[in-house]
Amino acid sequence: MPNMQPEKTAVREQDPKVRAHNFDEVSSCYTDEEALNEANRCLNCKNKPCVGGCPVGVRIPEFIEKIREGDIPAAYDIIKTTNGLPAVCGRVCPQESQCESKCVRGIKTEPVGIGRLERYCADYMADKAPAPEKPEFNGHRVAIVGSGPSGLSCASDLAKLGYGVTVFEAFHTAGGVLMYGIPEFRLPKATVQREVDGLKALGVEIRTDMVIGKILSVDELFEQGYEAVFIGTGAGLPNFMGIEGESLVGVFSANEYLTRTNLMKAYLDDYDTPISRNRAIAVVGGGNVAMDAARSALRLGADKVYIVYRRSAEEMPARREEVHHAVQEGIDFRYLTNPVEILGDENGRVRAIRCQKMELTEPDQSGRRGVKPIAGSEFEIDVDAVIMAIGTSPNPLIRSTTPGLETNRRGCFVVDENMLTSREGVYAGGDAVTGAATVILAMGAGKSAAAAIDEYIRNKK
Amino acid sequence: MFKILRKRELNSQVTLMVIDAPLIAKKALAGQFIIFRIDEKGERVPLTVADYDRDAGTVTIIFQKVGRSTMLLGELNEGDYILDVVGPLGVPTEIPEGAKKVAVIGGGVGCAIAYPQAKALYNAGVEVDVIAGFRNKDIVILEDEMRAVSKNLYVTTDDGSYGTKGFVTDKLKELIDAGNKYDCVIAIGPVPMMKFVCAVIKPYGIKTIVSLNPIMIDGTGMCGGCRVRVGGKIKYACVDGPDFDGHEVDFDELMHRNSAYREQEQHDREHICRITGGVRHA
Repeated sequence: MPNMQPEKTAVREQDPKVRAHNFDEVSSCYTDEEALNEANRCLNCKNKPCVGGCPVGVRIPEFIEKIREGDIPAAYDIIKTTNGLPAVCGRVCPQESQCESKCVRGIKTEPVGIGRLERYCADYMADKAPAPEKPEFNGHRVAIVGSGPSGLSCASDLAKLGYGVTVFEAFHTAGGVLMYGIPEFRLPKATVQREVDGLKALGVEIRTDMVIGKILSVDELFEQGYEAVFIGTGAGLPNFMGIEGESLVGVFSANEYLTRTNLMKAYLDDYDTPISRNRAIAVVGGGNVAMDAARSALRLGADKVYIVYRRSAEEMPARREEVHHAVQEGIDFRYLTNPVEILGDENGRVRAIRCQKMELTEPDQSGRRGVKPIAGSEFEIDVDAVIMAIGTSPNPLIRSTTPGLETNRRGCFVVDENMLTSREGVYAGGDAVTGAATVILAMGAGKSAAAAIDEYIRNKK
Repeated sequence: MFKILRKRELNSQVTLMVIDAPLIAKKALAGQFIIFRIDEKGERVPLTVADYDRDAGTVTIIFQKVGRSTMLLGELNEGDYILDVVGPLGVPTEIPEGAKKVAVIGGGVGCAIAYPQAKALYNAGVEVDVIAGFRNKDIVILEDEMRAVSKNLYVTTDDGSYGTKGFVTDKLKELIDAGNKYDCVIAIGPVPMMKFVCAVIKPYGIKTIVSLNPIMIDGTGMCGGCRVRVGGKIKYACVDGPDFDGHEVDFDELMHRNSAYREQEQHDREHICRITGGVRHA
């Protein structure tokens, strides 16, 4: 008989007042009892709508069944068959718009906490899972450019098939956005490192400090004997609004602010990278990156942090839990507000942001409501820093140095249904193809590409 | 890990290092830069590739010990390792089409960046005059190297203790007024110097290229920290530069942006003085 408790089993969280001043993880992992209680809420539906909501098709009811049986290693193995990074996905997937949105329990009450259960399995197994066995080398080598979610999942699948895989990373640390973008308090870096180490155990070679397009071109990778190349270079180029004042000292892209904090660990005293410590900060944008930047700013000591978002709460693309946590921590949300200018003092430093009020218009063809400014509604918010978190675009380094790679007008690689680009043997996936999206979609793309690369190389023989 | 093969103090503040980095050496071109990270806790710091040897697989960097990271780098010796060196980054210097005669101007440690550009031009058969400016005799660097890749080398010092007394701009104006027809001027040094050179040349209508050194993290266009205004448009020095048309650059804005972490740098400098045994810098 399932547990008919209407709400998800609560997860223990750090007190908002405390956690707003530290970088420790906000949410704890379920205990065994909590996990069992939550697993018992699953109805084990025959048609498994939740699986259809997962971009990589995790066999959700099956792994939950194993939790119910107390066989966590088996639950973990089931997840791992389709998802290489459960500890990451359990934490950062937008479950409310994916698996959990399809959960039958969610129709009348709260859906099953699938993300929390996934994380539970991953964390439970963190120090128990045996090191994966290194498969026998099949004699074929594949190069992967970028070590973010798409590159890691592509590497993982290919390595398991026996390919000799080399991952090239531009930064000094592998992990891509999981390392430089998502903060420690949401995704501990040790968790990401564990996943990367798991790949190494599979025999994947990771070469950091390698900016492909500069130190080696894609063509040179083929010359070196790689038979296929997967490009998972993400969407790393920050967008700015193009308003006056964006060059003032104290205006950052979220990428810069988060990279200084997460990758370079500027929040720790014994690391050398400086970070601007501000009194009041406006973060422009309404996605996960905006939430991450705002909550990091708070933890770095700002007295007041605003989210300035031009639409309303309903349109906000951020993961619901992140918004909830940000509100709890005291972030001041200014909805229907759009910056028009950033104002500086006589030293060229930010002193305020001028905004205007917006109102919602009728939904467009995509169903998303637009906004228009309200005349005469301009006002200033007193801040000494502004962080732009309004999206990113794909990096041009590869496309500008690789002849014959077709990209669209937004700079994204054009691929077919097998993630094949316009060049034979060159595959691409993740944000480099879709523009900024989610970790799980990028992982799905990496998986599809791995399957296509395997087929391509096998047929070539 | 990247091994330091050779270390030479060019003056009390400026150090040259030859680093074992075969892959970078194979691709590096004049005008490009590397980013180093000294150890696990170090920051990422860009430095221009001052020279490279494709056969030996080495790149040369020249740096002034001004901040925490360059001071720590200066503490390393031959045989020691730098944790990370990534590159070559940035767009190589483009030799202006059809240029026959070029003036290359280096200011202080900027000569470390001007030198490879002069060398590239010289090797391409361009007639090169180099004007190298320093505050005084004690900090003159790369004199022999620059002489070897130029038709004429003019050294100026602010106080007249070596070469001609005066600023590089005085010498440049003098040369132009004496009838030297430069197709292009390349000016590399402190931002105020580059701004001043551009202002002096503007009336002559000579194309002027400057190499910018804004604050950056990744060097691949990802952080946007290095954005500079060129011709009214925002450019990223790491991927669009570091070379730009000097007459289009908003130098005042660049100076403001470069001051973003000045207070923290000052604090670091005082801090490091203690850990390196009381090293003091003017």
